[in-house]
Amino acid sequence: MSKDNTVFIGENKNFWVRNRRSEGYLLKRRVKQITISVVRALLMFGLCFMIIQPMVTRFAMSLMKEQDLYDSTIILLPRHVTLENFKIVYDLTDMPTSMLNTLWISIVVSICQVVAATLVSYGFARFEFPLKKFWFACVVMLIIIPPQTIQTALYVTFSNFDVFGIFQATTGSALNLRSSLLPYIMMSLTCMGLKNGLFIYMLRQYFKSVPESLEEAAYVDGCGTMHTFVKIMLPDAVPTIASCFLFSFVWQWTDLFYTRNFLSGYNMLSVRMSTMASRMGRYFSSDATQAVVVPNGRQLQLISIAVLMCCIPLIILYCFTQRTFVESLAMTGSKE
Amino acid sequence: MSKKQRKHREHWYSGITESVQMYVPGNKIYHTMPARRARIGTLFILPFIIGFLFFMVRPLILSLQMSLSEVKLVPGAGFTMTHVMREYSIFGTRISLPLGNYHYALATDPNYNQLLVQEIGRMAINTIATIVMSFVIAVILNQKFKGRIFCRIIFFLPVILSSGVLPGIESSNEFYNMMSDIGNSVQNSSGINISESLQNLISVSGVAGDVFDVVFQMIDAIYDIVMASGIQIIIFLSGLQSISPSLYEAADVEGCSAWESFWKITFPMVSPLLLVNTIYTIIDFFMKNDNRVMERINTVMYGVQLNFGVASAMSWIYFGVALAFIAISTLIITRTVKSYE
Repeated sequence: MSKDNTVFIGENKNFWVRNRRSEGYLLKRRVKQITISVVRALLMFGLCFMIIQPMVTRFAMSLMKEQDLYDSTIILLPRHVTLENFKIVYDLTDMPTSMLNTLWISIVVSICQVVAATLVSYGFARFEFPLKKFWFACVVMLIIIPPQTIQTALYVTFSNFDVFGIFQATTGSALNLRSSLLPYIMMSLTCMGLKNGLFIYMLRQYFKSVPESLEEAAYVDGCGTMHTFVKIMLPDAVPTIASCFLFSFVWQWTDLFYTRNFLSGYNMLSVRMSTMASRMGRYFSSDATQAVVVPNGRQLQLISIAVLMCCIPLIILYCFTQRTFVESLAMTGSKE
Repeated sequence: MSKKQRKHREHWYSGITESVQMYVPGNKIYHTMPARRARIGTLFILPFIIGFLFFMVRPLILSLQMSLSEVKLVPGAGFTMTHVMREYSIFGTRISLPLGNYHYALATDPNYNQLLVQEIGRMAINTIATIVMSFVIAVILNQKFKGRIFCRIIFFLPVILSSGVLPGIESSNEFYNMMSDIGNSVQNSSGINISESLQNLISVSGVAGDVFDVVFQMIDAIYDIVMASGIQIIIFLSGLQSISPSLYEAADVEGCSAWESFWKITFPMVSPLLLVNTIYTIIDFFMKNDNRVMERINTVMYGVQLNFGVASAMSWIYFGVALAFIAISTLIITRTVKSYE
């Protein structure tokens, strides 16, 4: 932070000479700096270790045979290395299907959410219209209201879906959309999806931080509103939009609440994982009609592996995109 | 364009008529620039308006109705609702109100009451700890040191690891709980529990024992707290990075120490984000998968009972509590932050 005062003292003098000249100030400062960096390094190391350690344990556990789990001499390194656990979890979570389903549904839903959130946040950031404050208060409400409050009502709404009685009139009965993707897509497109209020808030902060003169210049040059938005605002907003997309994707990937409520017709990874323990007994028995009792330790091991397998794609994705994450979020500074 | 020029108004309703005229063709205001901008702006936020009315307001009203009544699913025809009445005597007069479900949730249900109180206590402690923790981490991550990028990567991992199914799925296993119990008892018996021995050491001196209890509770739950503070760190960090370095330079020139400039520059500049983060933390805690109140509501709703009415009443009570909590913390934070400005 503060500049080195070598300019005044001369570069060839050694530390103690310089220290004497500065009347002990240099030593004091150096000691302070070292102390701070040591404390910081310890703190950072401890916290980082705490975050990573469960993942390491999970990985070590995933390679162990069942007998290693109960061996108290084994902590991290497995004695009998095996890969069959992965195969079991692969079968139990119905892996290729459930993961592919989760993948494409997450992508579709995140795109819908981000497109809607971008439009809405631009509207909030740049235009003056009647009731603007009221609608923005509604966005804050959207962040605050837990979706559990309207869970039951949405369940009922979508099991007999109707728009002003149109379907009732034409086909004779209301539609049951419970097992299709449509309700969730509709909700994402209208900003009511998973944590959508937060995306509106983040993108609005970004759009507000872009200088208005940029748009005014475009207007003077004869650019229409839509043209300005697409050609001038969007290209600069790409990092922020991308990080919103990534958040949305990650949350959708692991989400259980919306998935259980709206996507019950699809074979999804998160639902498979949450019901995994109950299906183990059937899986391990030789006879398909009976279930055997799976020891709790074994259950935990398999669940941990499932968590690991669920996280790995996300962590890989994150490692590739963390630059976008960090830098775009740094730009979404608060201007209020 | 953002600065509205307020004209002199003749009537109290002229503002309303003006805004209506913006949308209706065939008058003077319709063709002006502000009116055009207003129409385009409304078009931009139209998806939100539609969604909010159809998928938020309508279900909210429906859910409120449900919480007041007994819901019966009828195959083919949807469902029927009949009010669950209950008599109350207020100032001697007997009034019948449709609050049966609420009464059931609070007075009859064996677990709900107790879980609610426990979770609120946990929420209060966790929120404060999360905010402090994420602020400290953000301040450290904002400094320049070796391995900063690596630390940042690690500290954003909780965003992934604490989302959706992942946090609750392992702690629901009995073996997991057994293991953590064993871990605790081993620590207790062999006396190597550092936080506990420290706690004994400090509380012997007899100063503010309850406060220390809470602090040590936080320290023991530090893993949960760090895992819950992923987004908060990001939000604080973005705030810290938006502070212009020239402010610090000016303070340095004026003879401010780092400690002083932290309290006089960093803290006031970031304090608006305190509110955002607090609200986010409270809500995040509410919607967590391993929240036991949420589990209770789910079992009432989808379990053997299939009791939609009571489930709605429970979630309304829960929401009411959350709202009260958010209101109180907003009040406290806006008061304290104002004193810095």
